[in-house]
Amino acid sequence: MRFMAIVKATKDSEREGALPDPQLMADMNKFTDELVKAGVLLAYEGLHPSSKGARVHFSGKNRTVTDGPFAETKELVAGFSILQVKSLEEAIEWVKRSPNCEAGESEVEIRQVFEPEDFASAFSGEDIQQEKQLRAQLADQAAKK
Amino acid sequence: MAATDLHRTIEAVWRIESARVIAGLTRLTRDVGLAEDLGQEALLAALEQWPRTGVPENPGAWLTAIAKRRAIDLFRRNAVAGRKHEDLARDLAALEQTVPDLNSTLDDPIGDDLLRLVFISCHPILSTESRAALTLRLLGGLTTAEIARAFLTPEPTIAQRIVRAKRTLAEKHVPFEVPRGPELAARLSSVLEVIYLIFNEGYSATAGDDLIRPTLCEDARRLGRILAELTPQEPEVHGLVALMEIQASRAHARVGPTGEPILLLDQDRTLWDHVLVRRGLAALQRAEELGGGLGPYALQAAIAACHAHARTAAETDWHRIAALYDALAQLMPSPVVELNRAVAVSMAFGPEAGLELLEALAGEPLLKTYHLLPAVRGDLLTKLDRLEEARAEFERAATLTQNARERSLLLDRARACAPGSAPS
Repeated sequence: MRFMAIVKATKDSEREGALPDPQLMADMNKFTDELVKAGVLLAYEGLHPSSKGARVHFSGKNRTVTDGPFAETKELVAGFSILQVKSLEEAIEWVKRSPNCEAGESEVEIRQVFEPEDFASAFSGEDIQQEKQLRAQLADQAAKK
Repeated sequence: MAATDLHRTIEAVWRIESARVIAGLTRLTRDVGLAEDLGQEALLAALEQWPRTGVPENPGAWLTAIAKRRAIDLFRRNAVAGRKHEDLARDLAALEQTVPDLNSTLDDPIGDDLLRLVFISCHPILSTESRAALTLRLLGGLTTAEIARAFLTPEPTIAQRIVRAKRTLAEKHVPFEVPRGPELAARLSSVLEVIYLIFNEGYSATAGDDLIRPTLCEDARRLGRILAELTPQEPEVHGLVALMEIQASRAHARVGPTGEPILLLDQDRTLWDHVLVRRGLAALQRAEELGGGLGPYALQAAIAACHAHARTAAETDWHRIAALYDALAQLMPSPVVELNRAVAVSMAFGPEAGLELLEALAGEPLLKTYHLLPAVRGDLLTKLDRLEEARAEFERAATLTQNARERSLLLDRARACAPGSAPS
């Protein structure tokens, strides 16, 4: 099973041009290393502060674009990792071992990643095919970069 | 927290911690069987106490501490019972003094212990099935019941297998160490063989099998990744990881809607998991960058990578595959490799070239009852329009296969060769 660990933003991660605390960076690298050594880490990325981002709001046929930064810091995403483990409990145990970013309050949300079999009942074979073709195209393009 | 959640949490903690706990205990007690028993006692203690106290902040240290206390008690009892000898006295002193330094960043003493545990679980003195069961138990954190279900074997058989394996290791005084020098290559090969066996057991699972069976592929891939981090300088480890990731990428394309197996060249490639393909290619790159040429696993991975790079079967780089099989045939000569090489050569250089290679296999005793040899010959003869000979080959192949579906497919091909029949 795969799970995404979504790291929520904090005041510090949202600050522009802020350099992360070197000790924290070292701790995070060590933790990432542990995940790799345990054979459970499939992918991970960090995101720039929301000041560098934008939002697209959908209302029927309308699209409205808003530039960052965005106010509700605690709900913003600062980064994510994808873990391959056998249960939600195992994903939780791993996430609990993460060093605390900013040594204060922070949050990581854990969500299970859909596997193709999960879609089997909800969608038709054709829908699954289309989705897979799209993913293949994306993978192709990524490989060409 | 609900009782069931907590139980699953403790199971999860065990999966995360057990290998290292057992590895550390093995170093302290010099007896992997005893270490595993002590680990189990610690797990039982956790199941009893953590519902009340909660999961401790450092669960690995907690489990190790409990296990060590039990070990000390055990050694004291043995000493008191007169089974004292200098080893026991020394062990006792070592146990009482050693503090587990689980936060050490200097060397990686626990990493070393883990690697020692890998090598001892996969020791060639044990049968491959025993090595597989022991490895899944000590390094995979699987229960005996889970291993039994995964291998379609009765639980008591697996339990016995593990007990006997531990006894053999103790009786033969197999040392708890990482092999060095010339011994390392052979021992590592033994480890890779076990991991790949576990993978293939999972890969061979069919629809309707216990769901735990395909998860063996995940277990094997995880063991491979762990080993790759413990021995990053070993190209064949990365080669095996690459091979497993790329093979696993095809899991959803291998089986048709009625459960029938679909050959690689006929698979719908949009169903291949490209995240796994990328991981496999990255591992293969690590193997290549270490230099020294590609070993058997890396070569097989490179062949799998050729297929993975081709968006359609028609775009396959058969010349490269043929060259890789040439190299593989030199390292790992086997009639099956020769057969696959003949297929690749025929795709790259034409059916005549493939048939020439097959001539050399004509008298091969190991292939006497292997239906794919005449089947491949029949296929090549068909392409050369030598239909009468092709028909004979397909009919012969049909008599050699146990699989009813396979047999009817081969007989269909034989019939299609008969004079006056419609072109196939």
